[in-house]
Amino acid sequence: MAEKVLMKGNEAIAEAAIRSGLKCYFGYPITPQNEIPAYMAAHLTKKGGTFIQAESEIAAINMVYGASCTGARAMTSSSSPGISLKQEGISYLVGAKLPAVIVNIMRGGPGLGNIAPSQADYFQSVKGGGHGDYRMIVYTPETVQEAADLTMKAFDKADEYRNPVLILGDAILGQMMEPLIFKEPSGRTFDKSSWKLGNRKDRPSHLINSLSLSEGVVEEWNWELKKKFDLMTEKEMMVEEYLTDDADLVFVAYGTSARICRAVVNQSRKEGYKTGLIRPITVWPFPSDVISKCTRKTKDFFVVEMSLGQMIEDVKLAVLGRASIHFHGRPGGGIPAEPDIMKQLKEIMKK
Amino acid sequence: MAKKGKIEVRIEHCKGCGLCITSCKVDAIALSNAGETNSYGYQYLKMVKDTCTGCTLCAVMCPDQAIDVYRE
Amino acid sequence: MKKVYERNNIALDMPSPYCPGCGHGIIHRMVMDAIKEVGQADNTIFMAPVGCSILAYTYLDLDVCQPAHGRTPAAATGVKRALPDSLVVLYQGDGDLAAIGTAEIVHAVNRGENITAVFVNNAIYGMTGGQMAPTTLEGQRATTCPEGRNPMLGQGYPIRVCELLQSLRGLYYAERTSVHDAKNVLKTRKAIKKGIENQMAKKGFSFIEVLSPCPVNWGMTPRKALEYVEKEMAAYYPLGEFKVDGKIV
Repeated sequence: MAEKVLMKGNEAIAEAAIRSGLKCYFGYPITPQNEIPAYMAAHLTKKGGTFIQAESEIAAINMVYGASCTGARAMTSSSSPGISLKQEGISYLVGAKLPAVIVNIMRGGPGLGNIAPSQADYFQSVKGGGHGDYRMIVYTPETVQEAADLTMKAFDKADEYRNPVLILGDAILGQMMEPLIFKEPSGRTFDKSSWKLGNRKDRPSHLINSLSLSEGVVEEWNWELKKKFDLMTEKEMMVEEYLTDDADLVFVAYGTSARICRAVVNQSRKEGYKTGLIRPITVWPFPSDVISKCTRKTKDFFVVEMSLGQMIEDVKLAVLGRASIHFHGRPGGGIPAEPDIMKQLKEIMKK
Repeated sequence: MAKKGKIEVRIEHCKGCGLCITSCKVDAIALSNAGETNSYGYQYLKMVKDTCTGCTLCAVMCPDQAIDVYRE
Repeated sequence: MKKVYERNNIALDMPSPYCPGCGHGIIHRMVMDAIKEVGQADNTIFMAPVGCSILAYTYLDLDVCQPAHGRTPAAATGVKRALPDSLVVLYQGDGDLAAIGTAEIVHAVNRGENITAVFVNNAIYGMTGGQMAPTTLEGQRATTCPEGRNPMLGQGYPIRVCELLQSLRGLYYAERTSVHDAKNVLKTRKAIKKGIENQMAKKGFSFIEVLSPCPVNWGMTPRKALEYVEKEMAAYYPLGEFKVDGKIV
């Protein structure tokens, strides 16, 4: 039986990546994700993999691009300002149909901000921080265990769809220690022989690029990408519904905010309030249908985010005016406090 | 005595830039006359004298790989 | 008569995708010849830049990777680390390498990545229509310095890249060549081949800068452009070796 270990979220992500067959990791120092490159430097190289501390986040994401071209599993990680720098590279990865896993352990912004936990990169993650029409699966783990599990899943999904996958956590997830058990990786293998570069023998040359100046080609290829995005929307959405069946009010929150809301749900139920929680595990694809269905029985949704309110826009699109939407947000590294949310909840329930 | 040589030009690949002509030491090559063009509208390279030695330097200078060289 | 020079079949059977008299076609040929001479066509990954020579992928029958503008040395690093036994040829223009991608080339060289870089310096942005490049000569006109480049107006000085990289210990071999005449084209081929052999012997980073004409954006005939390379460019960018066997020449 697999052994229970105590690890920081960042380390668990790194270890899970190595267990998933990661071959190349490229990163650049930025708090609060520094444990990931440090773990890779110590452990990935021992397994015969490559670790490079790149000259910039921009270089790191492009090293991922290069390694992925050869069919190798490749990964980078950073935190908010660094992820902004990687946006060009992420757009290119999607454009060139290259798998990659990217980890964002979010911190306060905008600008250099601070190193406190935040969820202010939601728009950047799910609305396409880079240029062009593109989408990618965005996982938002709530616990260290889930961070490890979703990291393993991310590598499979990146290969399956030939598309980058983002793991979106925050400084709390990255820094906190929790017990976890590493699951066995899926062992799925993906045939990349039809597109990867190198070791060419008796096959036509392969090209990895994202340019075509011929009329109509890029439009056609956007339609092809859309088919893939549609398939992801259909198959890859993950959500947890917690005590929503009889709920008069349903929280909608992901990651660390969901953790806090879960505690509020438990406490408020003890005090006689019927509350529940919808927790998107993927914020893209977003669980719009689950929220939409929930409006049949619940008339109050309470969105909690560590931002000025970003995911709330997707909740509004899912609710479409059929229920009231309330919001509690803390930007710039502020963490929502249970008593504050509870107080606001009671005011809502009074009406 | 200098060796005898000749060139073959892939006319459709030639863009008439004339870089080859700068390297010919025996004035064996020139561009076709104005109006005498390939399907892209470029004047193209021709042998105009029987002085070619097959030195290959014209082909070395060609940006379009339009010239093959033969030598005795 | 016997055929003594024929087209290199690494190129597809088509005219090069470049303007008449463009140096890229000549330099592509020299890269292809060097790759063929060492018998590595099936093992080569050609790293294209953003700029005119991005079009290499339409012309060369090689595995090609085309990353973002200036990031080619970083992507080449990723390719080479993942496939250390492949032959990675980095091909970049002056805007790509010496402006937007300055950090990437400096650090790829500094790490001593075992790759071969061909840097085509034609002192202009070609693909976008003739803007000032980091290597545009003083006084040389471009659409963004219509009066001629003037460092006194804050337009900066032309960057000598070989000299800039020379001090980096990760650099194993560096040479600047030119394609202004056949003799120098052949020297270019020799330098590229040496760079490739260095890589096969796992010696580290080889850097070949090639001075090259851009007649269309310089507003010159192809012949005049060759003269400009020889008389103006080579006067500012001296030809020759800068580093051999890891030692400054």
